[in-house]
Amino acid sequence: MNRVFFLLLVREARLMFRRPGELVNPLVFFAIVICLFPLAVGPETQLLRTLSPGLVWVAALLAVLLSLDGLFRSDFEDGSLEQWVVSPHPLGVLVLAKVLAHWLFSGLPLVLLSPVLALMLGLPADRIPVLLASLLLGTPILSLLGAVGAALTVGLKRGGILLTLLILPLYIPVLILGSGVLQAALQGLPTAGYLLWMGSMLTLAITLTPLAIAAGIKISVGE
Amino acid sequence: MNWTWFHRLGSPKWFYGISGRWLPLLIAATVLLVCAGLVWGLAIAPADYQQGNSFRIMYIHVPASFLAQSIYISMAICGVVGLVWKMKIADVALQQSAPIGAWMAFVSLLTGAIWGKPTWGAYWVWDARLTAMLILLFLYFGVIALGQAISNRDSAARACAVLAVVGVINIPIIKYSVEWWNTLHQPASFTLTEKPAMPASMWVPLLLMVLGFYCFYTVVLLMRMRLEILRRESRTSWVRAEVTRLTGRKK
Repeated sequence: MNRVFFLLLVREARLMFRRPGELVNPLVFFAIVICLFPLAVGPETQLLRTLSPGLVWVAALLAVLLSLDGLFRSDFEDGSLEQWVVSPHPLGVLVLAKVLAHWLFSGLPLVLLSPVLALMLGLPADRIPVLLASLLLGTPILSLLGAVGAALTVGLKRGGILLTLLILPLYIPVLILGSGVLQAALQGLPTAGYLLWMGSMLTLAITLTPLAIAAGIKISVGE
Repeated sequence: MNWTWFHRLGSPKWFYGISGRWLPLLIAATVLLVCAGLVWGLAIAPADYQQGNSFRIMYIHVPASFLAQSIYISMAICGVVGLVWKMKIADVALQQSAPIGAWMAFVSLLTGAIWGKPTWGAYWVWDARLTAMLILLFLYFGVIALGQAISNRDSAARACAVLAVVGVINIPIIKYSVEWWNTLHQPASFTLTEKPAMPASMWVPLLLMVLGFYCFYTVVLLMRMRLEILRRESRTSWVRAEVTRLTGRKK
């Protein structure tokens, strides 16, 4: 089973590197959304600094959401999903590999890009480790929860907007904790509690969401 | 324990028959409870010493908020039953509950806004309980939208069931995270474990209204489910006979 998991990761990596555009698009989206806010609310440093935790998190959330629409689409269209469903391997493990690959190629680059954009918004440089920790713990949760919605809507013609409607309410706790940890760091308060909460939510998501994603895929394939 | 009643629920015809016998009783209970609660709450109960008469909107606001939350939980229970036992009635109940729940969440938000203006001085504040109710409304919209987007009836029911179950696991997380984020609202007016802080002349009508709203939900749900069953089973002979009996003409 570990071998299948690994092989699936390698396959996803190969597919992704054959179309590097898909790797870059969410990053560009992330950067553009961040640039929109100073243009909209004005270039005052103090205002942007207080807003920066929320801005970085909302932009990261939207970028992940945008990349989720195509998560299962090509596999659904070429029949790979059906092969997964009929294969003897547990579907939960297969989708976990898929989501992990998705996070490695869309979530992780976002995390790596975020310090630059946060510095542009005026977040003090010594708070960057907290930002990285919160995004590292938070973006996998976003990928996992979003995959549930993506699995349920993959068979639909215009699933994109529906996916947003289904998933955004579920993202709220991550958003609150993720930007909360940065707010606390900006005010010089301890942040370990928030990070531990995010860690436990991540554990819960890794444990439970593969079951829901697998159920969603079975429904979409069976239709 | 005798489980035959549970297995019988798998038959739409049996459900249609038994719900038809229960409906008049439930309608009578709803009318009685809601009328008694409204008259008592709006006319007889004493005015609040701080809020004056504006607190009386509580008699709509609190039951609607209760119902909005319980309907989602009942939808998730229906979802589990539908996924595990593949029971058609549970699918019907889930999908027919969602619009009622959305309306209750909407009524709760609307009456809350009207109540908030004289009490807090603003129609809307970004308070934890208000925000959580708004998110609940969005969760309802999600279930309704997903149910309408999938054309295959069985797939739609199962997809909605998965979504409802995922949502219900998330509701406590959302609730506590939002409460952590900000809170201004008064704590819940009613808990099962403690004696209410209000005098009896205020909380008894509230209790009547809450019970009345639950009966109202059951009545509306049963009516919607019966209609949906007639629609789904329209090819069977018993539905044809029933429709002929109801309309008095042959199709």
